[in-house]
Amino acid sequence: MSALNIRHVDKTFGSTQVLKDISLSIDSGEFLILVGPSGCGKSTLMNAIAGLEPVTSGEIQIGGEDVTWHTPAERDIAMVFQSYALYPSMNVRQNIAFGLEMRKMPKAQREEAVARVAELLQITPLLDRKPSQLSGGQRQRVAMGRALAREPQIYLFDEPLSNLDAKLRVEMRTEIKKLHQRLGTTIVYVTHDQIEAMTLADRIAVMRDGEILQLGTPDEVYNDPVDMFVAGFMGSPSMNFIPVTLVSGGDGYVLRVLDGDDPTGAPLELPWPAERDAQALQARVGERLILGLRPEHFVEDETRMETSFDGTRLEVMATVVEPTGADILLQATLGETEATMRLGPKSRVAAGERVALRVDMSRAVLFEATSQRRVA
Amino acid sequence: MSPHVSSPRVGGKGRRRSLAGQVERFLPRLVVAPSLAVALFFVYGYMLWTFVLSLTDSRMLPQYDFVGFAQYARLFANERWNVAATNLVVFGGLFIVSCLVIGLLLAIFLDQRIRQEGALRTIYLYPMALSLIVTGVVWRWLLNPGLGIQALVRSWGFEDFTFNWLVDSDMAIYTLVIAAVWQASGFVMALFLAGLRGIDDSLFQAAALDGASLPRIYLRIVLPSLRPVVFSAVMILAHIAIKSFDLVMALTGGGPGYATDLPATFMYAHTFTRGQIGLGSASAIMMLCGVLAILVPYLYSELRGQRNG
Repeated sequence: MSALNIRHVDKTFGSTQVLKDISLSIDSGEFLILVGPSGCGKSTLMNAIAGLEPVTSGEIQIGGEDVTWHTPAERDIAMVFQSYALYPSMNVRQNIAFGLEMRKMPKAQREEAVARVAELLQITPLLDRKPSQLSGGQRQRVAMGRALAREPQIYLFDEPLSNLDAKLRVEMRTEIKKLHQRLGTTIVYVTHDQIEAMTLADRIAVMRDGEILQLGTPDEVYNDPVDMFVAGFMGSPSMNFIPVTLVSGGDGYVLRVLDGDDPTGAPLELPWPAERDAQALQARVGERLILGLRPEHFVEDETRMETSFDGTRLEVMATVVEPTGADILLQATLGETEATMRLGPKSRVAAGERVALRVDMSRAVLFEATSQRRVA
Repeated sequence: MSPHVSSPRVGGKGRRRSLAGQVERFLPRLVVAPSLAVALFFVYGYMLWTFVLSLTDSRMLPQYDFVGFAQYARLFANERWNVAATNLVVFGGLFIVSCLVIGLLLAIFLDQRIRQEGALRTIYLYPMALSLIVTGVVWRWLLNPGLGIQALVRSWGFEDFTFNWLVDSDMAIYTLVIAAVWQASGFVMALFLAGLRGIDDSLFQAAALDGASLPRIYLRIVLPSLRPVVFSAVMILAHIAIKSFDLVMALTGGGPGYATDLPATFMYAHTFTRGQIGLGSASAIMMLCGVLAILVPYLYSELRGQRNG
């Protein structure tokens, strides 16, 4: 059963259209993440779901019921705000119980709900404190507790972790994931952090300029992006975009890496794997395309760990070497562009040296240069 | 520390520098000293002198035959003082409560993102820019039965309309309240508006999602968080009420009879026009006690708040 169903929703402020014909539907128990750069309309979409902002046209259904013109209170939802929005004059217990009290729940039941939620989030010792006496992480828990106490059909999270420091953010991320797995709640979650999106979501909606570019599982969005924006937005360090020319050679297709500086030297050529859709490429021979390679698609040639790895060899000049501890990020010139490659931590590469690499072309993606749409 | 350590070694040059340092160190104190001395003498000195006078039986001129607290006993037996003290309670109470209610309502209405908010805010705040004397004179004309509101409504044809509070000794005190509220509620509004602006918008959204109606959001969530503002407003209004003098002089002159006397006008009348310096001083000291009774707990809580915060 679909818990939330959004159909052709538009939203305009004056003459600017911030949501353009948004349609999506999520199932009960699903964790949907709206992700995109600031100003992409993700928060507006969330406010539209919550009923805090009216839509210009379209329909929003929650649990099969049309709630497009219902007030926020009439929709069966709860929201966790970026600023937590805890009521400063009430203590934690009152904060959690306020929504239940407004819904005329009897006192005994209210106390039971508060106790249950406090237990779940391990905030029982904090129940009599005021929000001003809590740390950021504790406020975050209380804000989540307030949402959980109501047991609504849908939970909305509006960038809930962006006010926490890095370590706490990772902890709370895990906590939210655990909570979702345990309670099987339906969650719509807004973030601009692609790591949060990848780690938490069942499905990700990548948004830009008021449109959903791609809606899919984290794996689909990461490995099978529909265009260069999605490909570049997901993943850190982001995907390398290398201008190439498609040429027909021998028994298949070859991607010739364009090198503006040195047209005389032998161009680097990467063969397109024969088993991947040759059909789409047939019409594009001789065209300029953009090759997308993620940093982890490169492996140092000496690596013996993956003996079955059968990639294409190439040699590059290392310009910058950045060890992160877990692995080493290597910057090197690849044709016209600087590319980032992720090498194992044991690698002995130094800046200014030539490095022999293999590249896994079976996971490479190709985009059209002008429209930035995916070709293959 | 370093100038002290280095000056003996560097010799003459260092000594000159330390002389300049000395001047620099003492100059601020030197500049502030006269005004401090004047303030000490004219504020605290005269306070003390007033207290001393209140213990004497001074009449037209100060003299020093001490009679203990006899003047205070006379003061509390004085019918006119009792009227003034009762008036202060009525006036102060109504003035503070009305200002708070009107100021808060105006602030809430102005906070609804209305058009021309800046212009409206200025209009409401403007009475504060007037002297209380001007306010008093304006309202004296408005409330004058022969000139103001009563005459206007009668000229419209409502011949029986009566609004003569200004000359009615039972009601005249309320005309003071009207004028003072007109003057001060805009200021209270500004205080509340600043407080309301400090409240996070998402609090309203969260409460709306929790199912609270707008009046309930204000009552349960916004007002409690405005408590410090209410406290400051009460403090400011209370001491305006106790010190009220110019408004009374301009609006009613304390009349009819002494029906609208406040402690300040009582003190003025006895000390400067009726030759009762001792009694007047005693009433002045009672007013000081009233102000202190409000200010001391306020300052105490403020300072304690700072230490905690």
